[in-house]
Amino acid sequence: MKEEQIQKTSASSASSAVKENISPLGYPTNLFTGQPSFQRVNETIGSVVLRDRQPRPWWIGFIIAFTLLMILFLAISWLLIRGVGVWGINIPVAWGYAIVNFVWWIGIAHAGTFISAILLLMFQHWRTAINRFSEAMTLFAIACAGMFPLLHLGRPWVFYWLFPYPDTMKMWPQFRSPLVWDVFAVGTYFTVSLLFWYLGLVPDLATVRDRARKKWQKIFYGVLALGWRNSAAHWQRHQIAYLLLAALATPLVLSVHSVVSLDFSVAQLPGWHSTIFPPYFVAGAIYSGFAMVITIVIPVRKIYRLESLITLRHFNNMANVMLVTGLIVAYGYFIEAFMSWYSGDIFEQYMMTNRAFGPYGWIFWLLMLVNVLIPQALWSARVRRNLIALFLVALSINLGMWLERFVIVITSLHRDFVPSSWGMFFPTIWDWATLFGSVGLFLTLLFLFIRFLPMIAISETRELVAEPEKAMTL
Amino acid sequence: MNKADDVFGLAAEFESHIDLLRAAEKSYEQGYRKMDAYTPFPIEGLAEALGKRNRVPLMALIGGIIGGAGAYYMMWYANVVSYPINIGGRPLHSWPAFIPITFELTVLCAGLTAFFGSLGTCGLPKPYHPMFNLTEFERASQDRFFLCIEAHDAIFEPTKTREFLQGLNPVRVTEVPK
Repeated sequence: MKEEQIQKTSASSASSAVKENISPLGYPTNLFTGQPSFQRVNETIGSVVLRDRQPRPWWIGFIIAFTLLMILFLAISWLLIRGVGVWGINIPVAWGYAIVNFVWWIGIAHAGTFISAILLLMFQHWRTAINRFSEAMTLFAIACAGMFPLLHLGRPWVFYWLFPYPDTMKMWPQFRSPLVWDVFAVGTYFTVSLLFWYLGLVPDLATVRDRARKKWQKIFYGVLALGWRNSAAHWQRHQIAYLLLAALATPLVLSVHSVVSLDFSVAQLPGWHSTIFPPYFVAGAIYSGFAMVITIVIPVRKIYRLESLITLRHFNNMANVMLVTGLIVAYGYFIEAFMSWYSGDIFEQYMMTNRAFGPYGWIFWLLMLVNVLIPQALWSARVRRNLIALFLVALSINLGMWLERFVIVITSLHRDFVPSSWGMFFPTIWDWATLFGSVGLFLTLLFLFIRFLPMIAISETRELVAEPEKAMTL
Repeated sequence: MNKADDVFGLAAEFESHIDLLRAAEKSYEQGYRKMDAYTPFPIEGLAEALGKRNRVPLMALIGGIIGGAGAYYMMWYANVVSYPINIGGRPLHSWPAFIPITFELTVLCAGLTAFFGSLGTCGLPKPYHPMFNLTEFERASQDRFFLCIEAHDAIFEPTKTREFLQGLNPVRVTEVPK
């Protein structure tokens, strides 16, 4: 029996030597630098949430985020007291920042689903280190996004009129309107993302429960873990449900932003009425989402010393996805300009001229700089592996994707067919407060998530330790 | 007899998933049916080796079909029967406009049934289970692999089953109290 055990350990060290190798495509395959073991994985990820003291950067970040959140509450309170007139919206620019921010946030959400669902279905095991985190990001981004159309309703307290329910007014929502499709698309997206995220979390919550030594931790994680006991039957059903939710979430990545884009393209307005919108919006969504993942993961990895789990390979892969989707977005800009000229329609042609050289022209050129030109730096492998450079490019894309939605919403609305109905939009302080406040909401939720829930999928990482060949899928 | 009533089963503890998988296959061959394995990560083929069945995909399929058909019916009923409005002479039953919501609700209902179906067939949430009485059981969520043959199995027999489990090369075999 002793001999067999020795054989076993030598076999496992032989298999861990495989991991130090280079994969067929030339990537280093060491998902875990050094000697990986179950205990090290449990320790590295599980201990973060059970630690009493959080690193100082966590507190600094949390306080800033929480302050911004309070600004959001202030802005919303003022909005509820005075109405949507506190924003800069008017006729003709009735959509303003609320819709710009909505589209921006919902786009950011997409990377989470892309990373967790599509990469899961494609057996890209490298996703393990970042999927939980990006799923959480998805949820919080949808929460921020969903808030804006509700606030923009004017009377947010009757938001439930959007749902089909047997009401005393004997009315139904207008199912032929893309705005109602949006309610269902975003609602489904949020629900499925939440289920997917929580289902993936349950086994890890059980791990944390079993490692917890304090009473409140045992109760807190015990309740959340639902009595999970890692049984083969549990795993079997869990795995299939997880896979099914991934398969169901995958078309959502494509459908949600397509439906959002239909809000625009079904309208007759020049600058909105275009068939390229759905694919171009979806690519833009994944683009901005990956930029946000990179923006957040770089500091978190540094603060929590997760270098052995989140490697340069992850950043390189994410940067590649950004480069590809960024090129699709750039193609979208080009086609918009080309089609407005090629259509021969004077309103379309004027829209493009006005977009580039009108009163908001400088925003268009800034957009071209930060969203098309600067991201070309990602062609260089040195930039993709240099975290400071990558961080700056990601910030530039975050800004760029927000500007893109500003250009689409504002410059299209402010000058349509009849010059007598033209106008200008200027954001007020409450527009800015709501925008930055929503960043506060997002970051506050994210900081609480990092503090209280395991941010990397522990059980999936253990699986990679046991079967190192899976870490070599690239 | 009284003693057997206090016992939930016999648990064998293993160091690697390969040992556990082999043990599970042997136990099934031996004729044991009421048993379960506990592992820190999902192991391919383990549930099948133990003879566990899985109905979650079928449930999700039914949920999705009900969701999709229900959504389409709801929109048709609302726009054609309950609240017909003429918008620019377009047909009341303008089916292309119904597709997005039909799709979304198909996904939503399939997702909900997959989630609650998997929890339901696992019997979760369930705060108490006899396996938690095992002192070492904490390690099932960390780094150890357990196989438990339950006392209500038809051919369970305290001493013989223990001997059988010992023969599978475990770290130890422990009795799980009820």
